[in-house]
Amino acid sequence: MTPPSPGKDAILGAIRRGLKRSPLPDDQQLGLRARLAAHPRHLIPARGQLPRPEQVALFLRNVEKEFGTTARIATLSDVPSAIADYLAANNLPTDFAIAPHPELEAIDWTLRPLLTRRPGRAQPTDQVCLTHGYAAVAETGTLMLPGSPHRPTTLNLLGDTAIVVLRASRIVGFMEAAWDLIRAENHDSTTGGFMPRNIMWVTGPSRSADIESTLELGAHGPRRLHVVLIDDDPAALLTDDPTTLT
Amino acid sequence: MLATSPAFKQNVKGALADVALQKALAFTRPNFSGKRTAAVANLPEFEQLRDVGRDIKNHALANLDFYLETWAGNVEKSGGTVHWCSTADDARAAVLAICQRVGARTVTKGKSMISEELGINDHLEKYGIEPVETDLGEYILQLRREPPSHIIAPAFHLNREDWEESFRASHTDLPDDRVFGERRDILTEAREKLREKFLAADVGITGANFLIAETGSSVIVTNEGNGDLTQTLPKVHIVLASIEKVLPTLEDACTFLRLLARSATGQDMSVYTTFSTGARRPADLDGPDEYHVVLIDNGRSAMIGTEFQEMLRCIRCAACMNHCPVYFTVGGHAYGWVYPGPMGSVLTPSLIGVDKAGHLPNASTFCGQCESVCPVKIPLPKLMRHWREREFERHLTPQTMRTNLAIWAWFARRPAAWRLATRIAAWTLGRLGRKRGKFRTLPFASGWTDGRDLPAPEGDTFFARYARQQRDNQA
Repeated sequence: MTPPSPGKDAILGAIRRGLKRSPLPDDQQLGLRARLAAHPRHLIPARGQLPRPEQVALFLRNVEKEFGTTARIATLSDVPSAIADYLAANNLPTDFAIAPHPELEAIDWTLRPLLTRRPGRAQPTDQVCLTHGYAAVAETGTLMLPGSPHRPTTLNLLGDTAIVVLRASRIVGFMEAAWDLIRAENHDSTTGGFMPRNIMWVTGPSRSADIESTLELGAHGPRRLHVVLIDDDPAALLTDDPTTLT
Repeated sequence: MLATSPAFKQNVKGALADVALQKALAFTRPNFSGKRTAAVANLPEFEQLRDVGRDIKNHALANLDFYLETWAGNVEKSGGTVHWCSTADDARAAVLAICQRVGARTVTKGKSMISEELGINDHLEKYGIEPVETDLGEYILQLRREPPSHIIAPAFHLNREDWEESFRASHTDLPDDRVFGERRDILTEAREKLREKFLAADVGITGANFLIAETGSSVIVTNEGNGDLTQTLPKVHIVLASIEKVLPTLEDACTFLRLLARSATGQDMSVYTTFSTGARRPADLDGPDEYHVVLIDNGRSAMIGTEFQEMLRCIRCAACMNHCPVYFTVGGHAYGWVYPGPMGSVLTPSLIGVDKAGHLPNASTFCGQCESVCPVKIPLPKLMRHWREREFERHLTPQTMRTNLAIWAWFARRPAAWRLATRIAAWTLGRLGRKRGKFRTLPFASGWTDGRDLPAPEGDTFFARYARQQRDNQA
């Protein structure tokens, strides 16, 4: 039970005085509840509604436009090599914090024995953090990172370098389609709904233009954002040879 | 925050004479508007999205009581607490009570204009709690004890020398002979200093760009990541949100996310857009143990049902001030309170009274740029005009202005007298200024001629020319 709140009555009362009415009658409330239940989509820009291969290409282009980097690999088992190569190319340490996500744990990491993984949340001393991409939006090059025991939020924030492993099949055209995924797939036992405590939508590495209106990367969050994309979606592959279409 | 809006005219004099400020304004002006223009050009649907955004906000405001109750119910379901605060005093007390209950010593803060409105920092300091602003711009302003001059780029009025000077004065534990070769060095020092604060804080306070009724979520949009560190690391997360922030659904929020960053910084999407729903779940490895929303009215409900209700659609993108010739002449501080520029000129009189802020709606050329870029199509010039009318009705307008208006009105209602008077004026001024074609000084017109020359009339009035042209066309 909610305790009585004089502030609540005062605010709602003032709003209703302004609207010149009492609390909404039941039928109108029903209409609004129906709108909430249907959560209709509004205008969705055409650029989010491309054919599959272009959609994935647009996502990668947008990540790079926003100062992220990308690597495209064929299967999950290529992840350790892709990570090792990226770390070596950028002179980064080979030990990193990693999301304790089943998909990442299923990878055979022994292929690259020099990589040292520490599963769990990020610590302030972590230089590199690797997390699991839940979904991504082509329209803007945005990663959808819902917090969960398998995907701690701090991994998105504390490291100097953030790496996200994402499956191409999880790239959608626009944000509304990503909401549909989590509406369908997630159950939050605290609320009975689908929203986890926290969902971060990340578009490129941290930045600020507060000093003389000039953009600098790496304000408080990661200075680098690297997306490792696994091509698990045959429909998403660009083909150079038009004959394969027939 | 104490308003200096009544001293607007003196503030403006100071701003015009401030060389450093004028340098920053000149540097920034093309930058701000240019980025928006480019981003909008890349999204053909942008104009239609403005209509959609306006309609969603109108729907939410028409049913604000319902959506706030729905939102609050869902916050509670997620283990969060809503503190309903009618006044700034109530809100300050609610924040302080939470901080004191958990024995907070330091509080980190994400950028929040409503926090400025409430003066949360001063209040916490009074009770021995250290507030730390973590947005880079807000951080340096806190070091300098200055208010923000812009709602999304709070410290753009400072030049690099100011940053260096403040950092040297404040970070006295660092070596004196360190070199700030480039902007990056300033950023790195701030990053390291603030990292310590993030990790030590007991409570994190953020604002909210939106509240979502459907899920009971609060949404913040940042580029630095400071808001996320603020709300993720401490034991307690407090959200400060005003009542008009509520949107019905996540799909409604999508439209505003398409509008907000493009209008604000010219990005397609800000770097971090975060939806927070309640406190840490039992199995989560990180996140705050407590989630509170301090919901603030502070004068907004009184705007509902008036001609100023449309102002409550504002999403604080700053496009209006970024395109305002007045704002880029005097800067944000001259406006004297939290919200500068055209949106401030409408909102400030609503929140602190037109008796204190009457100068602001008068500080407009009514060029209409603000309305033309507003992502939710707020008719800002029209609303400023409403304030001028109210000011006049309440006899707050200075006597000289009232007298002049009365004289003008007398002529305006008598076309023959108007034509005669303007003919005499145009002829006289035309004769006097024939030699130079302009006036450097003119009696009663120093307000104009102090800043620029007044072109001399060419001897004719508009009416006379128009009539002549009509005759010629017919002939």
